Amino acid sequence: MSLLETQGLTAFYGDFQALFGVDLRLEEGETLAVIGANGAGKSTLMRSICGLIANSADQIRFEGRGIGALAAPDIVRLGIAMVPEGRKLFPSLSVEENLLVGCYGRSGRVWTLDTIYDLFPVLKERRDSPATALSGGQQQMVAIGRALMSNPRILLCDEISLGLAPVVIRDIYAAFPKIRAGGASIVVVEQDIGQALAVADRVYCLMEGRVTLTGTPSSLTRDAIHAAYFGAHTT
Amino acid sequence: MNWLDTIVQGVLLGGLYALFAAGLGLVFGIMRLVNLAHGDLIVLAAFLVLLLASALGLSPFVAAALALPAMFAFGWALQFVVLNRTLGKDILPPLLVTFGLSIVIQNGLLEGFSADSRRIPAGALETASLQFGPVSVGTMPLLTFLSAIGVIVALNLIFYHTDLGRAFRATSDDRATAGLMGIRADRIFATATGLAMMVVTIAALYLGTRANFDPTMGPARLIYAFEAVIIGGLGSFWGTLAGGIILGVSQTIGAAINPEWQILAGHVAFLLVLLARPRGLFPRAVD
Amino acid sequence: MNDHTLPSPAWTVSMRTRASSVSAAVALVVVALAFAVPFFATRAVLQDLFFILTMLVLAQGWNLLAGYAGLVSVGQQAFVGFGAYAMFAAVSLLGLDPLAGILIGGLAAAALAVPTAFFVFRLEGAYFAVGTWVIAEVVRLSLAQWKALGGGTGTSLPSGATRDMAGVRLVADWLGVRAAQATDIVCYWLALLLAVATVGLIYGLLRSRHGLGLAAVRDNREAARSIGVDPLRIKSFVYLVVALVTGLTGALIYVQKARISPDAAFSVPDWTAYVIFIVVIGGIGTIEGPIVGVVVFFVLRNLLADYGSWYLLILGLIGIVIMLFAPSGLWGLFANRTGIQLFPVRRILTGTHNAQTIKGVPHG
Repeated sequence: MSLLETQGLTAFYGDFQALFGVDLRLEEGETLAVIGANGAGKSTLMRSICGLIANSADQIRFEGRGIGALAAPDIVRLGIAMVPEGRKLFPSLSVEENLLVGCYGRSGRVWTLDTIYDLFPVLKERRDSPATALSGGQQQMVAIGRALMSNPRILLCDEISLGLAPVVIRDIYAAFPKIRAGGASIVVVEQDIGQALAVADRVYCLMEGRVTLTGTPSSLTRDAIHAAYFGAHTT
Repeated sequence: MNWLDTIVQGVLLGGLYALFAAGLGLVFGIMRLVNLAHGDLIVLAAFLVLLLASALGLSPFVAAALALPAMFAFGWALQFVVLNRTLGKDILPPLLVTFGLSIVIQNGLLEGFSADSRRIPAGALETASLQFGPVSVGTMPLLTFLSAIGVIVALNLIFYHTDLGRAFRATSDDRATAGLMGIRADRIFATATGLAMMVVTIAALYLGTRANFDPTMGPARLIYAFEAVIIGGLGSFWGTLAGGIILGVSQTIGAAINPEWQILAGHVAFLLVLLARPRGLFPRAVD
Repeated sequence: MNDHTLPSPAWTVSMRTRASSVSAAVALVVVALAFAVPFFATRAVLQDLFFILTMLVLAQGWNLLAGYAGLVSVGQQAFVGFGAYAMFAAVSLLGLDPLAGILIGGLAAAALAVPTAFFVFRLEGAYFAVGTWVIAEVVRLSLAQWKALGGGTGTSLPSGATRDMAGVRLVADWLGVRAAQATDIVCYWLALLLAVATVGLIYGLLRSRHGLGLAAVRDNREAARSIGVDPLRIKSFVYLVVALVTGLTGALIYVQKARISPDAAFSVPDWTAYVIFIVVIGGIGTIEGPIVGVVVFFVLRNLLADYGSWYLLILGLIGIVIMLFAPSGLWGLFANRTGIQLFPVRRILTGTHNAQTIKGVPHG
């Protein structure tokens, strides 16, 4: 049994259908990357898994249990935490309070304030600043730390490198081995294919709401990814 | 006219208004809901305290302590069952539903208790006073003011030093993202309204022991509460106390000039603040 | 004006529906019948109809504010009371004809709306609501200081003032009735005129370019600004117009009542709670809603008249239930089922397969 599995996942925004039967599997300890162009349905997939979009119960399974119909607060209690696109820090809360609010629904032994500060030491210096006063990269660290505070079994990262400088992105991804060592399986959504291939054990490529390619980074050719990313007819 | 005395009495009256306002500001700050029945809920709580005190022969303070959990439960259920359904982008449903609630409570109380004026008996405390130099201060008004400070200290502790307080502020910032933290907004809102009803009960204790009250005086209390919240701004609960004091002092000064001008003077002070500082004296940094 | 066409010849934008063409004819008949009522109705019926018509005008005004402009006021009693007091001042202190007093009442209310708007437009949404209420309290408390008009206890119109109102003598002679009844008849006709004019004015406003601007402001303020609609300007205009209509109505109501006090003229239940109830139960954001609502309200009022505060309690509960479970009101439920609009203000795109059939339709 996989840790997380979607079967024929469909998702809608009102009348607009964004996902058309996505099958995805995440094994314990694995890191998946989901890549695809803008509007391919990557974020919709993440929002469906973490409960921000409601789906049919059986389309998303966590350790075999159908969780598609659960709302976000219930999903995070099961151990699935999300680093949302755009970070979405709470502006009224300080850095430390943003981290603390991360363990509102669920907590554990591995990730505490101390271990988060070990992971991202710069946050300790800025612990009392308003979260939104930090640089973009530091804010992203707060967002990741906040999600980790729930000691998730699965960490979902939606476009965490968006708008950040390459050197900052490298710093953030440098934390991933420790996050994996802490026991979390990871799904990252990236537009940056190079970054995705570097960090992932397996890759899923989405186009127009469907999985067009899947495999390990080493097994995928540039041309295959290109075709899956942009479609066969694009030059 | 004794100016010092007038101002001291006004400040103490401001404590009562801050108690009226704290619950309203709490709920508005978290869920952007102006509860138009807030004043009527204060009067409802006053009748509950009166009922408990007279039926069980209790001191009003013990009766209010008993009413606190009951009012918390009532507020929780009211928010969870009714008011949560009205929250959304459209401002009409919460306003009209709470306006309807105001009318229901007022007329329910009229039906149950008649239009007669009542007072919660507080024995010797009603007339007791302390002498501070040239100024004589009623014990009840002083207790009211100290309670207002106590309530504000307690609310600040909850807001800034507890998981619940962080959840309040996070939900206020961004309800969907708060959900990703495991925060159930509907329950957070219900808890906030429950808490507001506990503050309302404390306000009701002093409303009922200091002077007469009747079922129709809710709307005026709503207006005072609202004015104190706006004058203070939404930045902090201390701002609300400042708003209450400004309102209270304006009223006592107005009354000292002409007894008929008491309420009017308070409204005029409110309008002047609105003119000069539309976001209040202590506005919220993030809005 | 009423029919707009898009550049494409295959589509037309229309606001006319079959029901609306029928209803235009029915409306004419209804108004003609309503005009004729005094020729056969008793005084009691006339007074009931006067009540219905004036409440309808207040409800249409509040509906325009809250339902179309998004200005949820709970302080419209300010304009009812101020209009009424201005009329009293004109008649009692200046000795003017009550008819002139009514006009002065409307103008005074509109004049009051200018400084009022200055304050309340600084407030948004729910704050606006309570802000309007504070203003109404300020006006009430201030007028209660006006000793010449009875201060806090109020006063009556000079005896005979309404009997000498323009037209009363004429009607009395024409219909062969006593002056008191003739006064009721004149008041009734004025209420009818006001109601027809208000509905017509709102209908015209909503069908005009301003109506589109109003809808844009209600739906999305930023988007409205980006297409060149100034939300503040259009809201101020609506606020002013509604104040005028509300003031006229308040003055007219108090010509008929002939006795005023601050508490009655600025009553929240009478001039705001009832009005909100009428609009909510009938259907907010439609012209039909308040018409349906005022009829339901009148029936409930007569059914529950003997039950004192139970009556208001039940009205409040009905209002809450409607708002929670059928926020578009009774008319909304009906219109959704049937698709019928009597006062169509939405633009309907009608397509044809044959462009020839609408050739020659002028561009609107």
